[in-house]
Amino acid sequence: MTDSILFQAFVYLAAAVLFVPIAKRLGLGAVLGYLVGGVVVGPWVLGFVGTEGHKVMHFAEFGVVMMLFVVGLELRPALLWQLRRPIVGLGGLQVAVSAAVIAGAALLFGVEWRSAIAVGLTFAMSSTAIVLSSLAERGLLKTSGGQSAFSVLLMQDISVIPILAVFPVLGITVARAVTDITTEAGRPSWISGLFVLGAVVAVVGIGRFVVRPVFQFLAGARLRESFTAAALMIVIGIALLMQQVGLSPALGTFLAGVVLADSEYRHELETDIEPFKGLLLGLFFISVGAQIDFGLIGSEPLMIAGIVVGTMALKLGVLYVLGRSFGLDRPARWLLAFSLCQIGEFAFVLLSFGVQQSIFTAAFASPLIAAVAISMVLTPPAFILLERYVLPWATDKGEERPQDTIDHADSPVVIAGYGRFGQMVGRILRANRIKVTILDLDPEMVDILGRLGVKVYYGDASRIDLLHAAGVERAKLFVLAVDDKAEATKIAENVRHHFPKVPILARARDRGHYWELRALGVQGVHRETFASAYETGIEALKVLGYRAHTAHRLARKWRDHEEKVLEELGELWDKDREGYFRQVKANLDEAERLMRDEDPTVYDARDAGWDNESLRADRKVDAAAVAPTTIEPS
Amino acid sequence: MSRVLVLFAHPVLERSRVNRRLLDAIRDLDGVTINDLYEEYPTLDIDVKREQDLLLSHDVIVFQHPFYWYSVPAILKEWQDLVLEHGWAYGAGGTHLRGKITFNAITTGGPETAYKKGGYNRFTIRELLAPWDQTAFLCGMRFLAPFAVHAALKVIRDEDLADCRASYRQLIQALRDDRVDLARAAAGENLAAELADVMGREVA
Repeated sequence: MTDSILFQAFVYLAAAVLFVPIAKRLGLGAVLGYLVGGVVVGPWVLGFVGTEGHKVMHFAEFGVVMMLFVVGLELRPALLWQLRRPIVGLGGLQVAVSAAVIAGAALLFGVEWRSAIAVGLTFAMSSTAIVLSSLAERGLLKTSGGQSAFSVLLMQDISVIPILAVFPVLGITVARAVTDITTEAGRPSWISGLFVLGAVVAVVGIGRFVVRPVFQFLAGARLRESFTAAALMIVIGIALLMQQVGLSPALGTFLAGVVLADSEYRHELETDIEPFKGLLLGLFFISVGAQIDFGLIGSEPLMIAGIVVGTMALKLGVLYVLGRSFGLDRPARWLLAFSLCQIGEFAFVLLSFGVQQSIFTAAFASPLIAAVAISMVLTPPAFILLERYVLPWATDKGEERPQDTIDHADSPVVIAGYGRFGQMVGRILRANRIKVTILDLDPEMVDILGRLGVKVYYGDASRIDLLHAAGVERAKLFVLAVDDKAEATKIAENVRHHFPKVPILARARDRGHYWELRALGVQGVHRETFASAYETGIEALKVLGYRAHTAHRLARKWRDHEEKVLEELGELWDKDREGYFRQVKANLDEAERLMRDEDPTVYDARDAGWDNESLRADRKVDAAAVAPTTIEPS
Repeated sequence: MSRVLVLFAHPVLERSRVNRRLLDAIRDLDGVTINDLYEEYPTLDIDVKREQDLLLSHDVIVFQHPFYWYSVPAILKEWQDLVLEHGWAYGAGGTHLRGKITFNAITTGGPETAYKKGGYNRFTIRELLAPWDQTAFLCGMRFLAPFAVHAALKVIRDEDLADCRASYRQLIQALRDDRVDLARAAAGENLAAELADVMGREVA
């Protein structure tokens, strides 16, 4: 029964369903969940998955191809062009230097030189699948460190082509390789070159000129699944084409993704491919976990541990130094080094290819294969280590950028925090020729605004010396617009304590923060999303057919009530949480009752001047006394 | 052909009885622009340039509003203060409104009989409109008698207002088509009652 496809599928899916949510819940990330699931269903624990794991892994590698297609879709050609320096420079150097260093280390341990070079090149690769998934899962892909890691991975994918060409040269059967370098397909290399070029042109051409009409045609048919089929067909077709010319399928589909990034079917393609990508990648991770040969590890624990730790340490060092020389800041450098220090899945392919080409023996390769799998399993824990300990340490302690010195500090207004909120305040002031001194802690923001001609001082506004330098004591107003709650409270405390005469206008994250700041004696506190939500409420009334003036008046009435309630609740917040929630409930009901049109008190209190209902009622009582206008003194 | 601009002001049109119906009676007319001030400027931030451009592109300016406290709703006063700028509407170089025709189309709660000496409102509508009369004079505009609908509180159904709606529409049409005897219209008391007298011969 264990051989049937359905049983296999059930085992893999069950592993995913069971272990991924647990790993997520424990904060370990989905990738580690898949890997552990693979170990558990694999031959060494439950034994549900056996020798066919290899085949499953080859099949599941297609998930990587799909992932790069989706990554390509997110990456417009212009953006890719911006990344050319990290891709070629950082990526190229990473492959070359890591390969050289690892090969050197292997030589030191007495490995034969050809094998050492092959192992160096193989171990220079990192795992695109694990790294991109982990970065995306943690939302780190768009950071500068994440972008660098992505660039390096891309370059690694590209360098697979020359590496595959070099391996036969390294083989013991040198004669054939030296005399005429041929590819797998048996063509001379210059013709292969032409084929490669032709394939790339074909991919770009298909992306530009074929996909659109095909999708338009399919859209006319209104068949959801034909869209999905077409999307899969494109990805598989390109992968096939790339294999034919000896290019990496992942690279080809990535290119296709980039070409399609500008097309109107981008989101369509993305949503169609996404579930397949996710499932196949999961399958891939599970099979990696199931592949780990615990028997071998048990017999050679020290050697394998040495290979894993040694290789990862060397790669980590190389990546850190390269990141530094390419101008990454400390957190980005650590992110790059930690994320790419494992050995990638492509090593499985290269190691068996090496055996095939007789560069080394199978006995030599098997501990290496085990080391590769272990290093991949260690990547999610490495990410956890990075996130919990390394990044906070790198960010807090080592602000490499020195705080700016403030030369002229005679502005009447000091603004702390110049993000989305502070900028709006600052622009209104500057539009009225009011000078502002701006402090911000985000180096990117400081640089961007500098390029736009706005002078922003880089510095931590919670530091009292900086507040002095910014001239807060001579300022007429301090605008507190930083987005971090604790940071804002700290700054407010410092300003209140050291410059008690300067009024503060502050941005509050929520009600709790609002009262916190008010308790510190901040004059004006504004909840950051209040105004836009208020405007949206007015728009909503207008869309529903209310007159514009009425919509504004109703919203103002609600706002007055809301503010009154806020003050009342502020008293309760600190002392009596239970009573607070009771009161919130009561006030919500009250607010809604007030707003309801059938409530006569609303009219009487607010609109009597424009309303003649009361005058009409008078007329019924005394028909002779006709009021002349709607409001007439008696 | 003249172009007619109706500057309309009612703070709660949705609860209006007469003004809404009067306005509906002329909405579809060609050559008539309706400028609903409270809808346009719910926060009373009047766009002066837009308002002046509207005035320039029309020949007949109608102020339609309820006669709150013998005067206009707040936004119309704001409009008057901001739009009729010195040097534009009056004073040196303030000639842009010269020769245009203007009047108030108003609704009152009280009956016609209250608006006279000895009535409980003591003054006639024309007397009470003196500020608007004088505004028009200073801007070189021709000020006509008001179109006044009295005892607006009595109006409940459409039928109650059928005559008024018809005369209002006729008056606006006639002004647009230059068929109004302006001298008579300027001398009258209430155009709603004297429509036949002031219309050109072909209609009368």
